[in-house]
Amino acid sequence: MDWTLLFTDYTIRNVALGALVLGMVSGALSAFAVLRKQSLLGDAMSHAALPGVVIAFIVTGARAPLPLMIGAVIAGWLGTLAMIVIRTHTRIKEDSAQGVILAVFFGFGMALLSWVIRQPGSEHSGLDKFLFGQAAATVASDVAAMTLVGAVALITLALFWKEFKLISFDSGYAAALGFRVRALDILITTLIVIAVVIGLQMVGVVLMSAMIVAPGVAARQWTNRLGLMVGLSALFGALAGVTGAIISSLDNALPTGPVIVLVITAIALVSLFFAPERGLAWEWTQRRENRRRLRARLQAEHVAAKEFAS
Amino acid sequence: MVTIEEAAKHPITVEDLTVAYKEEPVLWDVDVNVPDGSLMAIVGPNGAGKSTLIKAILGLVEISAGRILVYGKPYPQQRHLVGYVPQRGTVDWDFPTNALDIVMMGRYGYLGWFKRPGKAERDKAMHALEQVNMDAFAKRQINQLSGGQQQRVFLARALAQDAQIYLMDEPFQGVDATTERAIIDVLKNLQAQGRTVVVVHHDLETVPEYFDHVLLLNVRAVASGSVDHAFTQQNLRTAYGGRMDALLERER
Repeated sequence: MDWTLLFTDYTIRNVALGALVLGMVSGALSAFAVLRKQSLLGDAMSHAALPGVVIAFIVTGARAPLPLMIGAVIAGWLGTLAMIVIRTHTRIKEDSAQGVILAVFFGFGMALLSWVIRQPGSEHSGLDKFLFGQAAATVASDVAAMTLVGAVALITLALFWKEFKLISFDSGYAAALGFRVRALDILITTLIVIAVVIGLQMVGVVLMSAMIVAPGVAARQWTNRLGLMVGLSALFGALAGVTGAIISSLDNALPTGPVIVLVITAIALVSLFFAPERGLAWEWTQRRENRRRLRARLQAEHVAAKEFAS
Repeated sequence: MVTIEEAAKHPITVEDLTVAYKEEPVLWDVDVNVPDGSLMAIVGPNGAGKSTLIKAILGLVEISAGRILVYGKPYPQQRHLVGYVPQRGTVDWDFPTNALDIVMMGRYGYLGWFKRPGKAERDKAMHALEQVNMDAFAKRQINQLSGGQQQRVFLARALAQDAQIYLMDEPFQGVDATTERAIIDVLKNLQAQGRTVVVVHHDLETVPEYFDHVLLLNVRAVASGSVDHAFTQQNLRTAYGGRMDALLERER
């Protein structure tokens, strides 16, 4: 491959830039989603966003990126609120509530989608690409919209850094100090919804949740500092996004979502196995080392005991 | 009904407090008066509502009836006067940060929105860590601290709040002897400085040794006052029911 294409070829440049933005934003928020044990929420929300995308398309009659994103955010947000209502007012638990919302919203979205696709004149709307994502279709206006929305999300994250850290670690204490925990809770959840929505077009609703789980899980393995974890998480997300999007744009038959997800999964697996201190390999060698040392000590003691006896 | 003037002299005044989760009352018509400068233990059986009482004072649970005053005013107006030590088990200690960073959270209430902690906050936090003999562990990851050390970090975080009243939820729960000693030193120190401390406590044996006031709670306030007056066999039996003797036996 000719790497200068990355900067000169219109499509590839857009694809790479879009994937960079999507990876960075979802990566940064993934760190918080993982720490707040909200990672499954990403799954429910990305599926819940689908009807929003389709309705926005029906209303505006075009595939303009910003209205579709707004539609997705609203639907994802409604899904989140519905989930909170279900959890607080019924006996249904959090995970089941997420399952209910995921299924209902996604089912509704699919029904709407197949209806839209059957309408005459909309064969090329490309809405079905929202299922698994389509990097090659990314144009400059998509990238601009993603960048704008992503920048708002990241700036908000930076502004409320201290507050988000506090509620993520100890929300009861935050409330006692006078911080408005419920509002902050909704705010960070909204940011996670935004991160999901930014990636919908490229990664697709089905697999976008991986970008909310894997970068954070991988980053946690390498550091014990929150700032570094968020940075690393954004880096992993961006790396996976760009690599995956470029691979898939080279061959239009490859849907982007699955390729990006394969890359981030590889990063997460390597991190889970080989990271120092937290990695499985490290733990395993540590355990072996300990056992060896104990055995040596035991043996030395036995020898000493025998010498003493004789 | 206590007048506002009277209540203003008391760190905490609880009147007719009732808290219920769903239908089940957790606290029923509780009246408590915490005297200024006292070191008060809240004791009672499991499910007696001890933690709930502390959370109600801090506005963390919805109250069904009654009122709570902190030096004569509602808690939201007096937040800066109150330091809080939650139960250690309520948070995930695998959070990626070090002890100093956690203790600095005690200053967040003063910083308010948006402002980042700086050198002044770090100095206060270090001083608080010194008071619980944890200054050597300031940069230690919190997941590498022992349970007792984590408890002391929580205590230091409350000390960093520089409050007049301290509410502590089971600080002695499952800690080592060093930590227990350190906590007691802190309690005595706070009292010597004229501050008021209320502690949810599990170990009946140590109540007379560590505290001067006590509240015996079992959904209702069974008795409260100085340890000499309130901490009687009769009151304990009322609070713990028939299980009291068995309980004392087991704790011994």
